[in-house]
Amino acid sequence: MAELNIAQAINSALDTALSSDDRVLILGEDVGRAGGVFRVTDGLRNRYGAERVVDTPVAESGIIGAAFGLAVAGMRPVAEIQFLGFSYPAYDQIVNHVARIRNRTNHRHTSPMVIRMPYGGGIGAAEHHSESTEAVYVHIPGLKVVVPSTPKDARGLLLAAIEDPDPVIFLEPIRLYRAVKEHVPDIYYTVDIGPLRVEREGSDITLVSWGAMMRETRQAAGILAEAGVSVEVLDLRTLSPLDRDGIVASVEKTGRAVIVHEAPLTAGLGAEIAATIQERALYSLKTPVRRVTGWDTVFPLKRSEHHYLPSVDRIVAAAESALED
Amino acid sequence: MTSRKAGLGRGLEALIPIHGETTSSRPPGQTSANGSSMFRLINPDGTVRDRLPVTLEEMKSLYADMVEARVYDDKSMAMQRQGRLATYAPFRGQEAAQIGAAAALRPGDWVSGTYRDAALNWKAGYPWKLLILGRTGDERGGQVPEGVNVMPPSITVGGHMIHAVGLAWAERLKGTDRIALTSFGDGATSEGDFHEAMNFAAVYETPTVFLCQNNGWAISYPVEEQTRSETIADKALAYGMPGVRVDGNDVIAVLVAVREAAERAREGEGPSLVEAVTYRLGPHTTADDPGRYRKDDEVAAWEELDPLVRVRRLLERSGAWTESWQQSLETEASNRIEEAVAWAESVPEPEPDDMFKRMFAEPTPNLVEQEREATGRG
Repeated sequence: MAELNIAQAINSALDTALSSDDRVLILGEDVGRAGGVFRVTDGLRNRYGAERVVDTPVAESGIIGAAFGLAVAGMRPVAEIQFLGFSYPAYDQIVNHVARIRNRTNHRHTSPMVIRMPYGGGIGAAEHHSESTEAVYVHIPGLKVVVPSTPKDARGLLLAAIEDPDPVIFLEPIRLYRAVKEHVPDIYYTVDIGPLRVEREGSDITLVSWGAMMRETRQAAGILAEAGVSVEVLDLRTLSPLDRDGIVASVEKTGRAVIVHEAPLTAGLGAEIAATIQERALYSLKTPVRRVTGWDTVFPLKRSEHHYLPSVDRIVAAAESALED
Repeated sequence: MTSRKAGLGRGLEALIPIHGETTSSRPPGQTSANGSSMFRLINPDGTVRDRLPVTLEEMKSLYADMVEARVYDDKSMAMQRQGRLATYAPFRGQEAAQIGAAAALRPGDWVSGTYRDAALNWKAGYPWKLLILGRTGDERGGQVPEGVNVMPPSITVGGHMIHAVGLAWAERLKGTDRIALTSFGDGATSEGDFHEAMNFAAVYETPTVFLCQNNGWAISYPVEEQTRSETIADKALAYGMPGVRVDGNDVIAVLVAVREAAERAREGEGPSLVEAVTYRLGPHTTADDPGRYRKDDEVAAWEELDPLVRVRRLLERSGAWTESWQQSLETEASNRIEEAVAWAESVPEPEPDDMFKRMFAEPTPNLVEQEREATGRG
């Protein structure tokens, strides 16, 4: 058991997968010699060789299309796209082939593969490096989408994603890569794809979030708790398939919900969660569901990032307004 | 081939150079300004340019396959007109390119082709009955038998080429000697994915064969306007792989070129591009009217170069073709296809829950809920 941050936990999961399954290989831009732009694949090429930790040409469609062929023919590729905002050249491959081959062949061919994508803002990066467009992939039938916010979940979810018989998009919260450390078991373990994690139990209000926004959500929960509010915090961890039962169970208990996400408001995942709550827990609701999200603007550059990202204050204010009703 | 290491193109050209052909024997719309050579073994009149690397029996068998493919194509067009098939993309005129290419493969080799590749897929092991089932609008048509490594026809243009890089790569990692062939049209070479697929294959030296069936038209857009490259085969040069241009209406030329590319791949010498110059005699699909963009005399000129007629003439010259044999081929093929159609049309309608069950290995909770709603079992 070692104390690891999220980047190290992902590295440890890749290491474990490479050592325990010959079919696993990693491919992506700069994943080998450079160890990845965030050093997440650091050291793996030296340990497993250039045949299994493969540097690729700068070609996202090529990376995903080749990984797809590898998966169909029996390998377990883990492809890296450097940033979620760079994934769109591969969108055709992901949507039209990766997500559909099982359906197209009635289970005869499948594409068990993982696509790792660092996502989210708050690090003052150049344009296209800060996107949080997870809803774009959650909307696609045939894909699973997961996003850890803790080192333990990062290792367990990634090993589960690599084991999964279907394609999994694995989102990595860039600004949390090195923000949290915890003891991570070095034994082989998985975290089930699907169930959310109740990070904090409470009875007055439910805060729902995932990935990078869990940091602000945790801080908001701390402030509310100090003020005497009993806060329940849900870390969704899996965005597709959504743990509707888990969300509904919490809201039935608390009667209040605030959904926090970094992505723009309109047609963001918050809308789906709010709709689920009103469909299934309307009579438990004491107040309308609140959404605290990014704006319907292009993700701004460094000097305006703090105007865009949902702040702890905004989350606390939304919760207080819900509690006043 | 004499000089395998020297590259596919040069190897073939050394065998049969066809520089400076007369206009009459060069397919219209496919001329090359600098007289680029095109590999051919059987002339349109059925004479041969060299000793063919097949026996007479093999020749007859390939001819029978092309006849069967045409019967399927004609039958499919008719069924679409009757409303029994969804939109159909005929391959009439491209039988030699497809049957010749598939004949060069071994069982277990991968094929990643397009909606116009039914003959190629069939010859590679995809049963007619499943191809027909797929065209009736049923996903179960994509479920090829175990051991047949043919991907379902790609409907979007170009994205499937790179799959043959990954498939071939996996086979190499697994230590088999299987290869992957991807088939695509001239139109697909304009897609960015063509570049990524060719480059990846070359960079990783995957055992991949790129077969371009240059049929002259990307729906209504002629190949001459699609590219400033002299030939499609020329594009291989930029990727550091051999490229060869063959007469795609010559089944033996295609067989020889693809077999050499396949063997090269099998021996670890990397990918190749084979451009099979052919012509789409029919419309793009049953929803298309080619009279709006191409002239009848161009089509008529290519009818003269019909790949089936060419082999029939060759067999006639050898005394191996008779009217009655032709009729028996057509009758037998027609019976097999009718049988496949009858099977496909007897497959029960899909149940409403089927589509939910094939999304994942195990349906997710939301799919289970939606399935109950769709089937009225909620």
